[in-house]
Amino acid sequence: MALSATGEPEVVLRLVGITKRFGTLLANDSVSLTLHAGEVLALLGENGAGKTTLMNILFGHYVADEGTIEAFGRPLPPGSPRAALEAGIGMVHQHFTLADNLSVLDNVTVGTESLWRIRSDRRAARARLLELAQRFGLEVRPDAVVADLSVGERQRVEILKALYRDARILILDEPTAVLTPQESASLFDTLRRLTADGLAVVFISHKMNEVFAASDTVAVLRAGKLVATHATSDTDRTRLAELMVGRAVTPAAPQPLAAGEPVLELSHVTVASDHGRPLLDAVDLAVRRRQVIGIAGVSGNGQTALAELVSGLVHAEAGSVTLKGAPVERADPAAMIRLGVARIPEDRHSAGLVGAMTVWENLIAERYRAPAFSRLGILRRGAARTYARRVIADFDVRCPGPEARTQTLSGGNMQKLILGRTLAHKPDLILASQPTRGLDIGAVSYVHGRLLEARAAGAGVLLISEDLDEILALADSIAVIHRGRLTPLLPNGRASISQLGLLMAGHWDILPEILDAA
Amino acid sequence: MRLEPRADSPLALQVFAPVGAVVAALALCAALVAWTGAPVLRAYGLLIEGALGSRFALTETLTRATPLILTGLAVAVAFRAKLWNIGAEGQLYMGALAAVVVGGGMLDLPAWLLIPLVLLAGMAAGGVTLLGPAVLKVRFGVDEVVTTLLLNFVVLLLVSMLLEGPLKDPMGMGWPQSAPVIAAAELPKLVARTRLHAGLAIALGLAVLLWLMDTRTIWGYENRAVGANPRAAAFAGMPVTWIMLRTALLSGGLAGLAGAAEVCGLKGYLTLDLSPGFGYSGIVVAMLAQLHPLGVVGAALFIAAVFVGADAMSRAMPVPNYIADVMVATSLLCMLVAGLLTRYRLRRG
Repeated sequence: MALSATGEPEVVLRLVGITKRFGTLLANDSVSLTLHAGEVLALLGENGAGKTTLMNILFGHYVADEGTIEAFGRPLPPGSPRAALEAGIGMVHQHFTLADNLSVLDNVTVGTESLWRIRSDRRAARARLLELAQRFGLEVRPDAVVADLSVGERQRVEILKALYRDARILILDEPTAVLTPQESASLFDTLRRLTADGLAVVFISHKMNEVFAASDTVAVLRAGKLVATHATSDTDRTRLAELMVGRAVTPAAPQPLAAGEPVLELSHVTVASDHGRPLLDAVDLAVRRRQVIGIAGVSGNGQTALAELVSGLVHAEAGSVTLKGAPVERADPAAMIRLGVARIPEDRHSAGLVGAMTVWENLIAERYRAPAFSRLGILRRGAARTYARRVIADFDVRCPGPEARTQTLSGGNMQKLILGRTLAHKPDLILASQPTRGLDIGAVSYVHGRLLEARAAGAGVLLISEDLDEILALADSIAVIHRGRLTPLLPNGRASISQLGLLMAGHWDILPEILDAA
Repeated sequence: MRLEPRADSPLALQVFAPVGAVVAALALCAALVAWTGAPVLRAYGLLIEGALGSRFALTETLTRATPLILTGLAVAVAFRAKLWNIGAEGQLYMGALAAVVVGGGMLDLPAWLLIPLVLLAGMAAGGVTLLGPAVLKVRFGVDEVVTTLLLNFVVLLLVSMLLEGPLKDPMGMGWPQSAPVIAAAELPKLVARTRLHAGLAIALGLAVLLWLMDTRTIWGYENRAVGANPRAAAFAGMPVTWIMLRTALLSGGLAGLAGAAEVCGLKGYLTLDLSPGFGYSGIVVAMLAQLHPLGVVGAALFIAAVFVGADAMSRAMPVPNYIADVMVATSLLCMLVAGLLTRYRLRRG
């Protein structure tokens, strides 16, 4: 840490008693934080704990109801992102704010030049950009168009954008959500170089690994309150998880089971795209009963197409899909449901549920034509509500009742609703597509537990996830997806995390080495 | 000032919203009435009297409301499924056209058989008219706002051509009008010696039926799901394309029925001024009703009363009857704001 003249690390940022309400919701409850030069502070908390709200207040997107912020000893005027920028605070949002059609250099310099100058000094700008990039290990091509960059590269551009504006405090909102393990490692390396240079970094996270990999100090938020601040080296995972959730958490662990007969077989399946490269390219895969097959990969490599194929939303252009030994002709969602496929969509808001409709209406959405729920075209609303009450109880959905509008539920409860809708019917195959994305630890362990329970009951589970930790925790075997192609199944544990990371990045030349190791 | 979403919108608020919107609209329009120099309260008094104050006024308002209920239902049904049908006017004329063709003496049947047949023909013609744009939408993604709107003019020109040509009444003194429907195709009157006809009963019955369909049947369930989130509906295995097409048939059919009922219940024959924009007013009715089938009845009665009452008022005072258009338009704007306020809360800061 950089030390001030007195030998104490210089305080660069001081938040005192920050309180923010949205209606009746207390998003931040008198939160006080200090950040020192050269420090990486991890802001840890579940979804909805108030992490992003707090940082948005710091950056001037929101105005706090109470409390003050001081940056470098001077009070920061509330509600002004410009003042925050001028005070040396830079923010890298979870969803990047880059102009896709502009070059890296243009994206970095935009807004920093006076409108009144006819010619901008691009040569100096480029030199400065390259100097920053080199100093902090943020390799970029200044003339590349942002649309052509990978997610990791875009994030580097975002960080450079902040540094170019002389940021001395950098805020990163869930920076690793979209990165491969290697890219994350390189990001943490950059963070170390930044702090060595005297910058201070706040990064928001709900992943424990990153906290230990990258932070000096960890602050835990729960339900808007700051519940603890520790030096990272003084604490451990279990302790932090308890602080985050407020109670002890036991991670789900699969018990060893003998896999049964195959329920889903894909043979040389190709799914075409509208332009060029197919979304799925001659994919072979088999999922057996009492088995979790994990599909690992960086987002956008064909996971969506694979999920849509098994959901019945898209068709294979070539190759064959076999369910429980019988080939599937003309699949559609209704047919897949009839064949015993439980589908958990990757986007529960837009594909899983109709937010404007009630809980009971959503719970019967996949089987409202069954005699249990309708007769001669008339809905049996009483029966449907009774059924809904049972599922709500069985799956611990926290909601006012069957008549509640689904959009008022939290993400975790929406996911429980979808689990209840699909798992209550003893499925043969479960397609779980990003089943815990955006969920907090408590809900994650619930979902994992339910999936493993279904596995023990004889279902095959196809788990598609961008969260490698999730796959390593649940899967019996793992296949890596890259550009629509799938590696052979690797028993969990066969490939190391770094090997999986290389496969995710497309270095399939290491495959023989992994396969031969057996 | 900022808008914050409300967690729930209480029923009282939802009922109060349209009432408040109408009151606000009347208050705003009072300024225009005052501008003409007429005393505001007396003007509104005359308007209300002209719309509701006598047997004649009341039946005229109800007569006027009949096609508005039907076109309002047509629009509400379509909009709920996010099918933006702006073509109720054209579908209404197609329904009227079918009515004069089928009811014009081509079939010699007793009234109990001919009337349902004529009305069904009108519905079919209206439904098929909307089916085209709906197919283009689900198949090729063609924007139905454009196609349904423009189809209105195509239909009007088609009707005009037919009225000048093959359908022209030889006894019509040269006017571009069709031959009248035969007596067996005329709808019975509801009140003797007035213009009020059985079309009103049909419209009210359909409003109740549609409400029941919406809340009690799997059809209504599917329609609401597709309207609120077509992606989730498709994911859950609902036949989204078929639901869209069947909604189009129903919506167009209701507008076509409005045309057939106007011909068989009121006018007797088809002219190019059969509808003073009932199809377009149907959009206003549906929006005022917040797309609720029973709300449509109330909204249609309100708009009909404003038009009928403003006519009466303008005969007695120097206020032009165009004020009716302004009042209806202002009500719609106020309703949009009121609808927003039922879903959001206004906050300072």
